[in-house]
Amino acid sequence: MDSIDRAILNRLQGGFPVCEHPYAKVAAELGIGESELLSRLKNMLEKNQLSRFGPMYNAVKMGGGLSLCAMRVPDSDFERVAGLVNAFPEVAHNYARDHELNMWFVLATESAQSIGRILTEIEQTTGFPVYNMPKKEEFFVGLRFEF
Amino acid sequence: MDSDLSSREALMPDGNTLDELDRRIVLATQAGLPLVPEPYRQVARELGVPAGEVMQRMQRMLERGVIRRIGAVPNHYTLGFRGNGMSVWDVPDEQVKRCGRLIGGLDFVSHAYHRPRHLPQWRYNLFAMVHGRDRAEVEQKVDAIAALLGEHSRAHEILFSKRILKKTGLRFKGGR
Repeated sequence: MDSIDRAILNRLQGGFPVCEHPYAKVAAELGIGESELLSRLKNMLEKNQLSRFGPMYNAVKMGGGLSLCAMRVPDSDFERVAGLVNAFPEVAHNYARDHELNMWFVLATESAQSIGRILTEIEQTTGFPVYNMPKKEEFFVGLRFEF
Repeated sequence: MDSDLSSREALMPDGNTLDELDRRIVLATQAGLPLVPEPYRQVARELGVPAGEVMQRMQRMLERGVIRRIGAVPNHYTLGFRGNGMSVWDVPDEQVKRCGRLIGGLDFVSHAYHRPRHLPQWRYNLFAMVHGRDRAEVEQKVDAIAALLGEHSRAHEILFSKRILKKTGLRFKGGR
């Protein structure tokens, strides 16, 4: 990644315009050509430096459910339980973390009221309690993460 | 299906629910925007509607917060930020808003949320995702947060991720 890639990344963490030629508009701001911006974005996506480029939808505003959940799973049973949890299509991300609560996953459902039902199913399938930690408030984080 | 629809309406008291075309736009763009000079026109062509209609609806979804933002999602890990840690904080409930805003103003925090406690097993009510090049850098940054919160922080921990068990991201299914 060179300084132009970094400038693109820092400019494009948000605020991509909705207009007929949005790439040309952003490219002009950055002082590069439209085709250069497009090929650099493609390259960063191919190298997985970007996981995605496009609109980020808010599941809750669309009527969906979203929650962060944690479990305490004995090491000896961890792989089995991870397999059971991951098998739920509603589990969007799942991380093993260094803590007594050692499994943390994000649950995303198409309707807000399905969260409770899926949580109960996960508890019944795995035999372990699930701690539900839906966000109560999100604090605005400026899009200033500098690369 | 009826209950799903009513919940969606309940969340949008202004009655501005997403209609069928909005949902088709979501499905067509959730994996990404086409990397072509006229991306909205291409989406419109796929959907068989005028380009102006797609742009107008996306602009409206932006204004209503259905679209948080349009842009690039950086992969912190491949960009060299390998020490990502979830910092969790126990602050007095009446201070959580103030503390959350303070943390949200830091340039190394990518997300900050107020979440429920589960006493006695889980005492923390404020979460902040901290990114650094390695664990030591994350620890330094968390120390900076602790200094910033001062006496409001009664306890904190950093939960480092050991392993990604699953990462498919959020996807809405079609057909509704």
